[in-house]
Amino acid sequence: MTEELHDVRLTVNGSAYEIRVPARRLLSDALRHDLGLTGTHVGCEHGVCGACTILVDGSPMRSCLMVAVSAVDHEITTVEGLANPDGSLGAVQQAFVECHGLQCGFCTPGFLTTITAGLRENPTPTHEEARDMIAGNLCRCTGYQNIVKAVERAAEIGAGG
Amino acid sequence: MKPAPFDYRRPGTLAEAVAALAGEPNAKVLAGGQSLVPLLSMRLAAPAMLVDINGLPGLDTINVEEGGVRVGALARHAAVLASPDVRRVQPLVSLALANVAHATIRNRGTTVGSLVHADAAAEMPVVLTLLGGSLDVEGPAGRRTIPAGELFVGPLESSVHHDEIAVSAFFPALADGAGVAFEEIARRHGDYALVGAAALVDGDSVKVGYLSVSDVPTVVDLSGVPLDEMGEAALEHLEPAGDIHATADYRAQLVRVLTTRVVRSAYDHAEGRA
Repeated sequence: MTEELHDVRLTVNGSAYEIRVPARRLLSDALRHDLGLTGTHVGCEHGVCGACTILVDGSPMRSCLMVAVSAVDHEITTVEGLANPDGSLGAVQQAFVECHGLQCGFCTPGFLTTITAGLRENPTPTHEEARDMIAGNLCRCTGYQNIVKAVERAAEIGAGG
Repeated sequence: MKPAPFDYRRPGTLAEAVAALAGEPNAKVLAGGQSLVPLLSMRLAAPAMLVDINGLPGLDTINVEEGGVRVGALARHAAVLASPDVRRVQPLVSLALANVAHATIRNRGTTVGSLVHADAAAEMPVVLTLLGGSLDVEGPAGRRTIPAGELFVGPLESSVHHDEIAVSAFFPALADGAGVAFEEIARRHGDYALVGAAALVDGDSVKVGYLSVSDVPTVVDLSGVPLDEMGEAALEHLEPAGDIHATADYRAQLVRVLTTRVVRSAYDHAEGRA
């Protein structure tokens, strides 16, 4: 069986990409395999772990729970788009470094995108709100304490803009 | 963990979407996809075609109408949850939505999609049933309204026909003097509830809807039952089952505990509004 291919135009981190993919191509796979943006990590692939979280028009969404053909007409931001224009680390990334917010790093891209959007919505979270912000992301290394600290540190250094 | 191949249509009008569904008996509608895409990836579902309604205009609406609030098929959970109109007209919708998965899922998932998915472990089907709401669907024969009581017919099975598209859900307003509350217990915040309960009280009338303790969303009329006996009375209408998350006995115990808690809380809510 020859699978029908679809021409899909994706806007990722401000750049436009044209790809030809089958309808079943998950957005997470399109980002990694078709665009080569391997910063987005794929963990559980059914929406539970949060590693593949990207920003769609600024809101965190699971890229494994979208098909690429359905992602047209949206501005997508991946972890590759979180650094400052001069290449230095963005505020949330910097806070993760300072607070030791990662060990193996597999889950980190999903945390960074989630927290970036979360602090835009709420630039000065309480401790409880900082915990709630990351409730949809799993990390097997850190025990979360340092990630919560990183949320609070990122707020301090102005990630919310 | 990759979906099986399927044909894909992204219609620009509702009429085209209905026609696409009519042409393929094994087609599914794709809205938010937060339940459907995992089913595809785990190959628990393998439709021949997806009809993506995300390009349809005018379906992302949230409108206050006579007697309630109407939520369009493309209104995301997050938008419904953030709506001050929804919170004012029918606060139970907002209370329950805060328990629907995590914020990230709510950003993409749709409230109407959750209703059509008809999962008895989900919050919104119970809420629609308890409130006596309805779903509007569009098919080849035109539009019809399905009352919530006729919508959920079995596990993950709704009475929406394969060639129909749900276009909106109607949640009746909360009457003056009435109160609502929602409670659920999950292993972790945002997980599927082990048991959940929604209550609607209005004077002597007490109704509680339950999720995760039967095959379909179940509402039990507990009017006239003493508060401390309500849980036991409700269990006569429920079938708590055991699985890897909880034993049947534990679920039954949660029904007893949550029933008292949610009814008391709904009365507090009614008092607070008086």
